Amino acid sequence: MKAVAGRSLLVAIPTLFLGYFFVYPVASILVEASTGEGGLEFLLTRSTGRALWFTLWQASASTALTLLAAFPLTWALSTFQFPWRRAVMALVTVPFVLPSVVVASAFIALGLRDSVAAILVAHVFFNVSVVVRTVTTVWARLDPSPVEAARTLGASPFAAFRRVTLPLLAPSIAAASSIVFLLCFTSFGIVLLLGGLRLRTIEVEIYQRVTTFLDLPAAGALALVQLVGIVAVMTVYARSQERRSRRLHLRAEERVLRRPRGNEAIWLWSIVTISVALTLVPPAVLVARSLGSRAAGWRFLADPGPLAIDPGAAIANSLQSALIAALIALAVGVPAAIVVARSAPTWGRWIDVVMMLPLGTSAVTIGLGFLVALDRPIDLRTAPIIVPIAHALVAIPFVVRAVLPTIRSIRTVLRDAASVLGASPARVWREVDLPLMARAIGVAGGFAAAVSLGEFGATAFIVRPGTATVPTLIYRLLGRPGAVTFSGAMAMSVILMVMVAGIVMSLDRLRAGELGAF
Amino acid sequence: MLVVDDVRVTFGDTAALDGASLEVGTDEIVAILGPSGCGKSTLLRAIAGLQPIDSGRVSFDGEDLSTLPPHRRGFGLMFQDYALFPHRSVGRNVRFGLEMQDTPAATADARVAEVLEMVGLTGWQPRPIDGLSGGEAQRVALARTLAPRPRLVLLDEPLGSLDRLLRDRLVSEIRQILTRASTPAIYVTHDHDEAERVSDRTLIMRAGRIVATGTLSEIRAASTDPWVQDFVEIQGSDSKGSR
Repeated sequence: MKAVAGRSLLVAIPTLFLGYFFVYPVASILVEASTGEGGLEFLLTRSTGRALWFTLWQASASTALTLLAAFPLTWALSTFQFPWRRAVMALVTVPFVLPSVVVASAFIALGLRDSVAAILVAHVFFNVSVVVRTVTTVWARLDPSPVEAARTLGASPFAAFRRVTLPLLAPSIAAASSIVFLLCFTSFGIVLLLGGLRLRTIEVEIYQRVTTFLDLPAAGALALVQLVGIVAVMTVYARSQERRSRRLHLRAEERVLRRPRGNEAIWLWSIVTISVALTLVPPAVLVARSLGSRAAGWRFLADPGPLAIDPGAAIANSLQSALIAALIALAVGVPAAIVVARSAPTWGRWIDVVMMLPLGTSAVTIGLGFLVALDRPIDLRTAPIIVPIAHALVAIPFVVRAVLPTIRSIRTVLRDAASVLGASPARVWREVDLPLMARAIGVAGGFAAAVSLGEFGATAFIVRPGTATVPTLIYRLLGRPGAVTFSGAMAMSVILMVMVAGIVMSLDRLRAGELGAF
Repeated sequence: MLVVDDVRVTFGDTAALDGASLEVGTDEIVAILGPSGCGKSTLLRAIAGLQPIDSGRVSFDGEDLSTLPPHRRGFGLMFQDYALFPHRSVGRNVRFGLEMQDTPAATADARVAEVLEMVGLTGWQPRPIDGLSGGEAQRVALARTLAPRPRLVLLDEPLGSLDRLLRDRLVSEIRQILTRASTPAIYVTHDHDEAERVSDRTLIMRAGRIVATGTLSEIRAASTDPWVQDFVEIQGSDSKGSR
């Protein structure tokens, strides 16, 4: 019947897409690694050990530093009602959506490169917003009465925080930490551009193995190691989600937040001012450097001279990819989110984790997988559509994240009411589900477009001279000697930043509260 | 006429409906009265078609409805917490059922105005849903249920979440409105007073089946079942959990 057909379609679209463009390429990598010559032996070499060790410790250090750096602002945003609170919240989200090449360019412009410190600071800059948003959505709505009860039972403010608030926040802190760890674990653009020749994560090592040595078995073996690590982190994430489903008593923010008292205002405004300033420094530096030497960067872009680059074409390619990638990501992610929301809790959670896998599996693995696998049945590797497909794959987890809470919040009784009033199942979907999801779908689509604009890791593998995107162009410019091309890279980064910021700002008009919270 | 014959619904190993049978005549308003958890809401959902039944039969005017999906039954169900559509205004909520019948716009507008007037909310069409008080939401929900002229109206504790004073006033209003619309109705409640005032006849429900029928005084006089005797004695008080 129709309802059954509809449901099978909902399951079929994400399954087929992820099956062919994710599972099949990843499986091909694994086959390549285990059958190709020297693949698994490569894992035992010293350089693999070094890369693995560096990947693990920089990801752990980045996560710890991010948690520390995020704490003051999270506390301020979760405790106080103050003017511009929403604006501060929106502003600190900006780094998360900034493309990694833009952030790397900014740190290079600041003179921070070829050092561990540069990588760690860039990771913190990137990920603070993940922690702030994920924890604030719970903390700012946490019923204050358990803390008040603890205080009347003799707990100091600190004891009450440690024994009551912190345990209640633990699941969301764990969720945020696992996401941050995952993003740092698979960090590519930042490490490639800021790590110099010496510092390599597995992700960068995979890229080097393929592009420098054309050693696919070794790259595949490294991808296998990476996959094991990712699955381990995803399991922690799934567990934290499981515990989070234990219902917290959440209230409206307006009922929980309060005005600062006494010298709390000093703390509040110091924290806010410093956080906002630190967020604004890298973008400001980019703009300044692109304008330096009488806007040398911009003049270079207008006339690249003998260099065979075409900034206009790259911008057009990026915009086109973003549009197509967003449409694909919605077409796959929205049905997937519906399936997750409608499944039994245990199944739903696992499908949820599976949907998150592309996020963890790292862009480079996706790019490599495309390279290894997608020549059959037809050779898609040189087709222009491959770039937006890779971008969509990276964006799908974000789409699912953005849409899922809204779908879950639609009360079944509304569907029942529509049904009793004469709406067929298809009509119920159109009249109830779709309008209530419309905003979240818009937000998810915009976010997918932003992800696509900034995507670098997968694109680096599959890009062709004719399909260069803005991030790959920036990477090329940064790789060339000369002050003028460097200024050109800065100007190009400003353009990319403006494109992404434009999307994010229009999303904010949709009141995208759920953006960037996990 | 609605006939519910020996309907069973089980959730896991507990029987929510355990051979429930009842009849509702053409112009009749019937109340179903019973303690919390006796299966009242499940019975309404089964009649509306929202709850699949394990066995038994639901028919209307001789037509077997057991396999008919809810949107083809032509019944109206007013939900306990109203289930108003948050993305639609008052007027567009009330209009929903008419849109599903593809009623021409002008006719639908007129009908919306008519039922809103019937519930005392003349001219409220453009208002948003989120500013409504409990009593107002209840009226909008009633108007929405009546607008498509259902052949049977089902009301699931429609006044459950309102305060006593408001309930007293609205009970008589609902009775008037239902009589004026001249549709048969089933009114589910756990409040004796409400049941008595709104209905022509009360059915007593216990543990998934109907155990007595009549006006409360008739039941009191006729019943030999000590539980029923006990239950109808608790006049006017809420009988939550007195199973």
